[in-house]
Amino acid sequence: MVKQEQEIASRPDNTAFTQQRLPAWQPMLSAGIVIPGFVLIGLAFIGIGVALFVTSQSITVMELDYTGVERTSPCFRCSDPNVKNCVCQLDFSIASLFKGPVFFYYGLTNYFQNYRRYGVSKDDDQLSGDLDSFTSPSDTCSPYEYDSNNKPIVPCGSVANSMFNDTFKLYQIVNGTKKQVPFDGKGIAWWTDYNVKYRNPSVTPLRDAFNGTVKPLFWPRPAYELDPSDPANNGFINQDFLVWMRRAALPDFRKLYRRITEGDYAQGLPAGNYSLEIAYNYPVLSFDGRKKVVLSNVSWMGGKNEFLGIAYLVIGSLCIVMSIIMLIVYAKFKFPEEE
Amino acid sequence: MTWRSPLALLRDALRGQRAREKELRNLVSNLPYEGLEKGKQPNRHFPGNAIKTTKYTLLLFIPMNLFEQFHRLANIYFVGLAILNFVPVVNAFQPEVALIPICIIMALTALKDAWEDFRRYQSDRKLNNTPCLIYSRKEKQFMERRWKDVRVGDFVKVFCNEIVPADLLLLHTSDPNGVCHIETANLDGETNLKQRRDPEFKPESFDSLVVCERPNNNLNHFKCYAEKPDKEKVGAGIESLLLRGCTVRNTDTAVGFVVYAGHETKSMLNNNGPRYKRSKLERKLNIDVIFCVILLFAMCLVGSLGHFVWLQKQPGVPPYLVADSNGHLDSPGLSAFYMFFTMIILLQVLIPISLYVSIELVKIGQIFFIANDIDLYDEETDSRVQCKALNITEDLGQIEYIFSDKTGTLTENKMVFRRCSIMGTEYAHKENGNPLHCAILFKQNELTFVYSNLTNPRETEVIPDRKLLQQISRAESSSGRSGSREMDPYLEFFLALAICNTVVVSMATAQRRRVSAALNIKLLYDKQVSFRKPKRNRIFSEDSVIEEDHFNPPVKTEGSGAISGLQTCSLHAPSQDGKPATTSDNLSYEAESPDEAALVYAAKAYGFTLMGRTPNSVTVSLPSGKELVFEVLDTLAFDSVRKRMSILVRHPITKEYVLYSKGADYAIMELLGTPYQKSIAADTQRHLDCYAREGLRTLCFTKKVVSEKEYESWSVNRQRALAAMENREELTMDTAVQLETNLSLLGATGIEDRLQEGVPDTIVALREAGIQVWVLTGDKPETAVNIGYACRLLEEEDLVINMSCKNTLACTSILDCALEEVRRYSNDPRNVDTTPDISLVIDGRTLTMALSSDLQERFVDLAKHCRTVLCCRVTPLQKSRVVKVVREKLKVMTLAIGDGANDVNMIQAADIGIGISGQEGMQAVMASDFAISHFKHLKKLLLVHGHWCYTRLANMIIYFFYKNVAYVNLLFWYQFFCGFSGTAMIDYWLMIFFNLFFTSVPPIMFGIMDKDISAEMLLGVPELYRMGQGEYNFKTFWISMLDAFYQSLVCFFIPYIAYRDSDIDVFTFGTPLNTISLFTILLHLSIEIKAWTVVHWVIILGSVAIFFIVTLAYSGTCITCNPPSNPYWILQTQMADPMFYLICVITTVVALLPRYIFHVLRNSIAPSPLVQARHLDKLDPSTRNQWIKEWRSFRGGGQGKRSGLSTPPSPTLEMPVEILPQSPTASDITGDEFTLNLHKGQTGQSQKNRH
Repeated sequence: MVKQEQEIASRPDNTAFTQQRLPAWQPMLSAGIVIPGFVLIGLAFIGIGVALFVTSQSITVMELDYTGVERTSPCFRCSDPNVKNCVCQLDFSIASLFKGPVFFYYGLTNYFQNYRRYGVSKDDDQLSGDLDSFTSPSDTCSPYEYDSNNKPIVPCGSVANSMFNDTFKLYQIVNGTKKQVPFDGKGIAWWTDYNVKYRNPSVTPLRDAFNGTVKPLFWPRPAYELDPSDPANNGFINQDFLVWMRRAALPDFRKLYRRITEGDYAQGLPAGNYSLEIAYNYPVLSFDGRKKVVLSNVSWMGGKNEFLGIAYLVIGSLCIVMSIIMLIVYAKFKFPEEE
Repeated sequence: MTWRSPLALLRDALRGQRAREKELRNLVSNLPYEGLEKGKQPNRHFPGNAIKTTKYTLLLFIPMNLFEQFHRLANIYFVGLAILNFVPVVNAFQPEVALIPICIIMALTALKDAWEDFRRYQSDRKLNNTPCLIYSRKEKQFMERRWKDVRVGDFVKVFCNEIVPADLLLLHTSDPNGVCHIETANLDGETNLKQRRDPEFKPESFDSLVVCERPNNNLNHFKCYAEKPDKEKVGAGIESLLLRGCTVRNTDTAVGFVVYAGHETKSMLNNNGPRYKRSKLERKLNIDVIFCVILLFAMCLVGSLGHFVWLQKQPGVPPYLVADSNGHLDSPGLSAFYMFFTMIILLQVLIPISLYVSIELVKIGQIFFIANDIDLYDEETDSRVQCKALNITEDLGQIEYIFSDKTGTLTENKMVFRRCSIMGTEYAHKENGNPLHCAILFKQNELTFVYSNLTNPRETEVIPDRKLLQQISRAESSSGRSGSREMDPYLEFFLALAICNTVVVSMATAQRRRVSAALNIKLLYDKQVSFRKPKRNRIFSEDSVIEEDHFNPPVKTEGSGAISGLQTCSLHAPSQDGKPATTSDNLSYEAESPDEAALVYAAKAYGFTLMGRTPNSVTVSLPSGKELVFEVLDTLAFDSVRKRMSILVRHPITKEYVLYSKGADYAIMELLGTPYQKSIAADTQRHLDCYAREGLRTLCFTKKVVSEKEYESWSVNRQRALAAMENREELTMDTAVQLETNLSLLGATGIEDRLQEGVPDTIVALREAGIQVWVLTGDKPETAVNIGYACRLLEEEDLVINMSCKNTLACTSILDCALEEVRRYSNDPRNVDTTPDISLVIDGRTLTMALSSDLQERFVDLAKHCRTVLCCRVTPLQKSRVVKVVREKLKVMTLAIGDGANDVNMIQAADIGIGISGQEGMQAVMASDFAISHFKHLKKLLLVHGHWCYTRLANMIIYFFYKNVAYVNLLFWYQFFCGFSGTAMIDYWLMIFFNLFFTSVPPIMFGIMDKDISAEMLLGVPELYRMGQGEYNFKTFWISMLDAFYQSLVCFFIPYIAYRDSDIDVFTFGTPLNTISLFTILLHLSIEIKAWTVVHWVIILGSVAIFFIVTLAYSGTCITCNPPSNPYWILQTQMADPMFYLICVITTVVALLPRYIFHVLRNSIAPSPLVQARHLDKLDPSTRNQWIKEWRSFRGGGQGKRSGLSTPPSPTLEMPVEILPQSPTASDITGDEFTLNLHKGQTGQSQKNRH
């Protein structure tokens, strides 16, 4: 018994694990084996590709550039930085029914919302309604932290300060008269942004919470007066504000402005002439940017995206081609198993 | 404690420092000062016996550990980056967040260190609190104290089977002969009982001044003398020193004076930490890390320049450019400069910080598997392979040259007496070693030898030669009749065999005692014993003995049975056959070298039984049954310079002073004096040459009668030499040489050293694996060549170049000739596809010349062309020199394997040193990186574990580089779309988690567990070893880097194009990128994994699951916790979007398609041998074995057609070569079993007879 203990003392366990003999699956990648795999992947990809491509083709997109750097542009007058409260009008026509629901975007190019210092320049606590951060905003907001009178700026920081402030009105020209297309401004921001991340301080009326603070320098109106038409759409949970605060990933981006889902236009924009009235405020010359309006309808795959469908088709075909090549290889080179 | 001025304290401290540094130390007894305050103690300057091996203290752990960790360059780099992140102008992330990875890694390391240190602390405490006995003047007896209370100058008493607490100068033992046996197993792994002699010190009233040398780590040397008040000096050496950590055996009690305590003891000074070697792979890896640094700088430079250009191009001040608090913008140049550092912070992961930690973990795992391999476990000694160097496992797969010792490495070092030559007559002992004849012969000769079944039967199996037996009986009867003063040379020869050695006789009972003792001590001092387990588990072979010992717990009973020095360890376990009798039946010999034991057993076979040995006497029983007690006057111990040992005894009958010597033939032959022996010497020399050709080890025996006057004068010199403080070794050696002259030859012996099991197989396999095997031995060329043929190092058809020359000129010309011939041969177009099988045999003297700086190049050049090189008669230093020269000149990976102290130099010089835990102690094992128990284990260790470890680690490292580059490049590509501003589109926490949790475990598992080819295949086709050596090289590294670039481009730009011109926000864009990256990186690994076990599936799928669980949980809870990034609900939103999945699928497929196709095409069109081996692995085992067999035979046929390179007649190979018959076969093994059974039967019979 002692003897056994002694022997066991250093004798290694004879288990499959310690002896490295665990049953194992040893896949061997060789032409013969992968052909069915390639064929399957190829067929599946081509199928997905066709579906994507067809879906993408059904989506209509209309882009209207209104930067106004060209002399011929109706907004040329407004692009001068010295002109204030300029309104310009852009006419366009739709040849056939623009199926709804139509999404109305504004787009900016060459605008680096993903610039690191810009992205840092906000105070999440302040935006979640923390009153302490109203009086002393985070220093990440610098230089839009305090104004020249050392009053705290709310909402502080560069992101809020640079909020896009062009406004749009869309009219259909029906028999020479303008008929306004109703815009739906609800639910354009993320549900979680509106309900969880951004909160107004629980002070009524809202403007009391902003006592002793100043509006961002760039803003025409303080935060609590962003939407005079709807008291519930003010402060930090203003939908346009929320959309702007969700920084775009790439320098050329669009952001949802409104949806056209109501009234006569619930089924889409009927063919006809339209007029877009733009309150031109946002300067873009300083960064060589362009402004545009995008009208688009959406499908299950989001906006128009031909790339993905084509990519699937190409890769799918490539897989089929590869499987043919493999077949040749398979025929030409004998494999050790068969010897 | 009285107050002492700080100045006095300082002075005392300085004096203490001086006392410790002094070459000689003066120590006095503590007893007169007992009870006095510390400042009055004479030995207060010397450290106490408490030991502390911990690195840290509780309070200072954090600073000290941090200090330790900052010795690593990588840690400094990352802390530097983290600090850089605190500088506002350059920071890329939240400063605090950037500290997380380095903190986690350093905390892990600190935890590991703390745990190890705690273990050390526990074992220290256990050791320090071990009880021991210290003499107290007050109590007038030995009092029980703790080890930590022992101070220099104390008197300590140790009992049998106790461990010595400090280095003690032996003063008194309970043994009447003044002997104390100690077992040094804890120290050097040797289990021999050594005698420590008691110099004539008087205990208790000790008033001498002990002068000893400064502590050193040499376990075999100690110099001191004791000066009595009357100025009389008595010298003492290592033979009087009981070393800390040794165990007292066979001696009831011993009292010693503490000379060194605690950290100054020899065992502590020898206690070095684990060895650190840097592997070849790691050296290459570091170069590639430098490439990564260059890449990082290039990428940062691109970022910085890009930022500059981008800023320059801005026509005005756009709203997204943020000014500082003064509303002032930095100039583009300054911003670009800052951006460079921001980029370094952002892209820092490019330098694989976790790679080093991962490599360590992988190596721990690899070592676990090596140590647990049951094929490398030796039942006989109960030992596994030991991995002492923790970080060179993969070097096992890189070996190109093996340097092997012969004795004990290729051979068993279990010596069997084979033949002898006495006075010029050869006695062939034909029956010897043939176990089948055993029983018959025993009866015929009416000599009943009963061998203790506690020792290996092989060592004792000597069947006397009939002719020689008759010769002896005749000689004895005649000498008995005449009673003449002149002894018969035959009797003298066997007397010399029995006497001239240092073999200690121990009783079977004493050995049994050792068993129980070992067990008891194991319970008490777990650490000490488990440090080195008893090597000979044959001791444990009898259950009954152990059980009996349970009824007889070791009790310290002083002097109860002090009859003889060998039985003092009182308690006799009642053995099976009644009372223990001091007959030859119970004798067992403890020899320091197996040769000696073999000789003693041989003498015993002829009736000359060594009955007992004390320092002053040797008892031998003659065939007639008469016991002779020889007084031993002096022993001139063996040393490697003299190559001989002598013992000076006084014959009890003739009262002559007789010097018996034995030694190597060349060391003895030139000392022969009497000219009439010329013919005998010539005959003997011829026999010796013949023995050597058979591969036997030879020894010569001589005798010399010393006149009384000569002895007297010599003895004075000898005493003076022994007491000398300086040059003691040289002086004693000189005296030995003085006496060893004019010897008269008695005869010579041939001892066989059998080849170990599986040696020829292993050598053939290693050679097929493309490894050159060299043998470096101290033996004669003839012996070495024969062993070479026996173990298939040399083949019959080989061209053997024999180099043995007397001067440099001859050496040069031979070298040039050989080189010329080799070159001509290899340049010959007819020999393109045949490799010449040239072997080189070179002797030590020629080797010295060949290794001289002017011939070195030529020698190495020649050796490169040789398949095998045999170096004979080489010294330990030459061995290491050969290894170093080959290693440096040829730039190859070398492995040295050996078992003895003479191989230590070589083992340390090679890239990998392997020790064989065999018969010759543990010095080689202590110096080695890996320790195995048989040479044959080398085959699996290298061919299987070496291949696996290397392939796994190489692939893991390549993958690690790939992984980091592929991931970090995503961030880099994004810089082109964010104005090179250092934005990360992935939440920083998720980035950290990505590296720390989501993708860290799979590569580690890959590095530990991947198995490209089965062990059977690797062993069956050794050629695969060579094929597997190049996995990690410049090409594979850069291919994986290019692949990483390609994959990162795909992973970034497919989602980029898909999301272009949409309303996607920064982190919603980053989330699919992160997910795609995870899938790509894990699936990339899946392509690389060769064998999927359950563990693989669990870990890979687990990593994916953890990614989603952690990311979803984090995105679900973190609302404002990590500004500016804000992943709240993003993955949830994405996972509700079909586009997310579509993009993930296509991107992953496109990213992996090239690598996948590459693998498929490579495996199909041009499968490498490794791939073919994998194909074969998938076959069922029987078909596979069949294939291997066929392939082998095909290869063998190819080798047979060898070109006729003429074999020049070599002088040493003229005799027909006999291949030793002892190659291991099935019959050999059954033969062993047979002898074992036979001996058991014999024992039983003899026991009955005795009743």
